[in-house]
Amino acid sequence: MQKRFDLAKAITYVVLTIGAIVSIFPFYWMLRTAVANASDIFSADLRLFPTTLKLANFVEAMTTHPFAQFFSNSITVTLINMVGVLATSSLCAFGFSRINWKGRDTIFGIMMASLMLPFAVVMIPQFIFWNKLGMINTFVPITAPAFFGGGVFNIFLLRQFFLTIPKEMDEAAWIDGASIFRVFTTIILPLSKQVMIVVGLFTFLFQWNDYLAPMIYITSEKKFTLMLGLTLFQGSYSARWELMMAAVTIVVIPSFILFIFAQKYFIEGIAMTGIKG
Amino acid sequence: MSNSAAAISKPVITKKRSLDKNLIYGLLFVSPVLLGFLIFTLGPLLFTFILSLTNYSPGVKTVNFVGLSNYIEMFTGKDIFFFPSVKATFYYVALSVPCTIIFSFFMSVVLNMKIQGRAFFRGAFYLPMVIPLASSGMIWLWMLEPNFGIINNILRAIGIPPSTWLISDTTVIPTFVLMSLWLCGNTIVIFLAALQDIPTQLYEAIDVDGGTPFHKLFYITIPMISPVIFFNTVMGFINAFQTFVQPAVMTSGASGNGQALMGGPNNSSLLAVLYIYEQAFRFSKMGTACAASALLFIVIMISTALIFRVSKSWVYYGGDVKKNAKKI
Repeated sequence: MQKRFDLAKAITYVVLTIGAIVSIFPFYWMLRTAVANASDIFSADLRLFPTTLKLANFVEAMTTHPFAQFFSNSITVTLINMVGVLATSSLCAFGFSRINWKGRDTIFGIMMASLMLPFAVVMIPQFIFWNKLGMINTFVPITAPAFFGGGVFNIFLLRQFFLTIPKEMDEAAWIDGASIFRVFTTIILPLSKQVMIVVGLFTFLFQWNDYLAPMIYITSEKKFTLMLGLTLFQGSYSARWELMMAAVTIVVIPSFILFIFAQKYFIEGIAMTGIKG
Repeated sequence: MSNSAAAISKPVITKKRSLDKNLIYGLLFVSPVLLGFLIFTLGPLLFTFILSLTNYSPGVKTVNFVGLSNYIEMFTGKDIFFFPSVKATFYYVALSVPCTIIFSFFMSVVLNMKIQGRAFFRGAFYLPMVIPLASSGMIWLWMLEPNFGIINNILRAIGIPPSTWLISDTTVIPTFVLMSLWLCGNTIVIFLAALQDIPTQLYEAIDVDGGTPFHKLFYITIPMISPVIFFNTVMGFINAFQTFVQPAVMTSGASGNGQALMGGPNNSSLLAVLYIYEQAFRFSKMGTACAASALLFIVIMISTALIFRVSKSWVYYGGDVKKNAKKI
């Protein structure tokens, strides 16, 4: 009996270890390629470990295209989105949870249903809308929508959390004669720091990684985000994998660092989404 | 509202303010998302359907209603890209959703065993979700390169015949599906959270009755987390139908600039969103793109409705979670 138990445990660890290696290996391979010589790239033998440390690849990748510009564009777009999302999604979540009004849950249900709508289905009319306003090739189409509720998914996360705050908390404030907005800013928001961080992180990820929307709206290289910048690399380095991977490494590093420091929040946030089922 | 029993069950706000005031404040607070919904969702959705009946294109001055001709062009095969795109999309969705659900469920059950280092493994599985898909797409593109890519090099080294992966029309979709398993972190974490919520007494009861792990899986684990299986399946379908970055980054570059190619070898990886994107922004055929968007919308609605209907027979809602959520 004891022996069978150990075998099961061994299999468990083997499965998990293989899974973890498969998950992480691509990033190792990215780094391994980014520091390789061109001659190492085109080899059909298995060379798992680097034989060179050619950091010049990074320099070349950074200087072929205005990388610093892409970086600052991505940061700008992402930060504006985070501000918009945090400000308006919390307001909306408050309206959908702490105030009791007729039709509230019905309207919330309709909003939730819109989560199923793919961006592609509304993409073309949105493009025409921004085009008519003369906003193509500006950051407006990829930042302004954040100020309109910041995405139903974020509202849902915040609302779920706000619903768990005891009603007595507001009551005390009402008795003191606080305004409804004061209840929101002085009672609900300070209690919701954790979930606000989760929403902020999700927004960062979504915006930093977004590919389709910038591809549609941004046309000049000067305004490219990092993800669009990567496609330039793809075009100009069709077989220079070491340079491509150096560029990819630079793009991946901020996300990697964020993940290491904020892993707990990501995992908690994702776990929260499934609770309602 | 003078009824005291009713007043007790309502929040205090109701006591202080009239119902109308609550309505006004409520609407005021949610107005950003209501406006956003009208401007960026509902309006465009209706517009998509209207535009699908026109020959709209950014360059054309006069926009004419052309009836159903955009749809007819697609369904009669006059638009050579449509059927390959439908085939690729359904093939991908039908293969990737069951694979990812079963794989994530399996991995989460393994993660939920009494093991050391769970946080590390969970973090490792989640990591790919955090990395921009456009960049991991390029990493995979390089790893899957047929002649010098590491994956074929490994296969050759251990004596397994290498594959064509992304460059052949028979292997490209299965390759995307394999990559979708690499992107299972979200689903695994959601499953794991649900598994950890199952009361241990239920398993102890099976132990007392002399049941096997098999009994535990089928009589406790699966029924208890069936709402989460359902949730993940719905989200999986919606996400799979929207897959764009993989074909855009990994196979459309390879298709060159020939007019007969849009996505991948023989258009075999022309997933729906890439088709819409290329029709609209490469060929400026916005009417056709809108018709395809409208079809995608209808297909997603129908499949979601089907999953909801089927779910009634197997999803088990133990507690009244929904009721509790509505109470406040």
